[in-house]
Amino acid sequence: MRLEVDIANKTFKSAAGEQHDVVAGVTFALGAGEAAVLVGPSGCGKSTMLRIIAGLDPDFRGRVSRPADARIGFVFQEPRLLPWRSVEENVRIAAPLVDEAKLSALFEILELKAHRNHFPGELSLGLARRVALARAFAVEPELLILDEPLASLDAALAGRLRDEIAMLMTGRSMITLLVTHDVDDAVRLGDRVILLSPRPARILADLPIRTPRSARGDAETAAIKSEIMRRINGGPAEQDAS
Amino acid sequence: MPRLLSFVLFVAVWWIAALFAGDAKLPTPPTVLNVMIAEARSGDLFFHLGATLARVTLAFTLAMALGAAIGYLMGRVRLADRLGDPWLILLLNLPALVVIVLAYIWAGLTEVAAIAAIAINKLPTAVVTLREGARALDAALDEMATAFALPRWSRFRHVVLPQLSPYIAAAARSGLSLVWKIVLVAELLGRPNGVGFEIGVAFQLFDIPLLLAYSLSFAAIVLLIETLLVQPFEARLSRWRPRAA
Repeated sequence: MRLEVDIANKTFKSAAGEQHDVVAGVTFALGAGEAAVLVGPSGCGKSTMLRIIAGLDPDFRGRVSRPADARIGFVFQEPRLLPWRSVEENVRIAAPLVDEAKLSALFEILELKAHRNHFPGELSLGLARRVALARAFAVEPELLILDEPLASLDAALAGRLRDEIAMLMTGRSMITLLVTHDVDDAVRLGDRVILLSPRPARILADLPIRTPRSARGDAETAAIKSEIMRRINGGPAEQDAS
Repeated sequence: MPRLLSFVLFVAVWWIAALFAGDAKLPTPPTVLNVMIAEARSGDLFFHLGATLARVTLAFTLAMALGAAIGYLMGRVRLADRLGDPWLILLLNLPALVVIVLAYIWAGLTEVAAIAAIAINKLPTAVVTLREGARALDAALDEMATAFALPRWSRFRHVVLPQLSPYIAAAARSGLSLVWKIVLVAELLGRPNGVGFEIGVAFQLFDIPLLLAYSLSFAAIVLLIETLLVQPFEARLSRWRPRAA
């Protein structure tokens, strides 16, 4: 499976009737097993791009090509669970083919074992995020899309959840597309970091990370991080770091 | 317990009022109860109650099913809303009596005419309520269902229906009371049986105990339907909600 993205232009019409450019030209392609991380400032149109790539928003100029029947696992920024169905039902509704062994393995890794029969309204944000993750992985996606899955969690919790996501990603050969504004997450979860400009989004840099995820040491991670920071602060459009 | 107390209070007020007003205007509870028992013994009470209940059930089911489908369509499809809205306003403001009389004139004094007329009276309120429900459907969950490619039936059952259920319950509750008020008018005007027919007879004879016996029996049945069917159904549907008022 291969994903080719070529978004030439995407505009939004505000309630007042003004046109806003959100994406101004983003082109990249991903092959099976590749994990790309889109990094950019808040509000630069990352979520909009994900919705276009997933086929949820057909109103744009350009082209997104992926197999029409590709299974997509989508982790939205807000968990978007069905409040009237239990945790287990939420996962099973999205993934009717999942078997018990796979389900309990997922719940084990994501620390959801005790919450199977709870309703989403009874969960904290961190737990609800985990359910959304379980749901996305349970469909055995060919394309996994994660929209800031660690946002608004405290640092310790975010770190733990990041490790759990990394664990789930290994051994699966899907295309992963992760959006974040946290460089740390990008370096730990991605094979390739795509830096985006402020709105309207353009690609500033497309940085491959050669070492496989599991083999990256602390020193190497730090090196890649400082490289990314340098690119962000000293990119083509020279701007004052604020 | 509070419900029982409330009932006892009702009977007490009735009894005291009856003592003041005199038997000719307002009979006491035992008098009405005796009539009820006599009517039940002869089988008339159950026959007429059954006839009315059957009409209520049929008209209610018909109006709810049609109303829910039309309301959902109008809430989701802009063109349907534009086309249907004038009809809806017309139906909402058409007096029940007009619909019933016209139905009897056009279709004769038949069972079909009666049930159709009752259903048409209830239909627009069901449409309005379900349209609101369809308009309030959560777009974020809709996107989720699309992203995960949920099959049509699963999407309807797990995503759409739970969001509509409070609206369906509201339409059912207001609909039940509306249908039961209108069914009596339809029976009074053009049916040879049912609670409405009996009340017509009681009116002609000025037989107040008979009138009260029939109307109170039916009110009791409606109360039973509400406590045994509608309320448990609602409680089951909202058990996922964190305890609200």
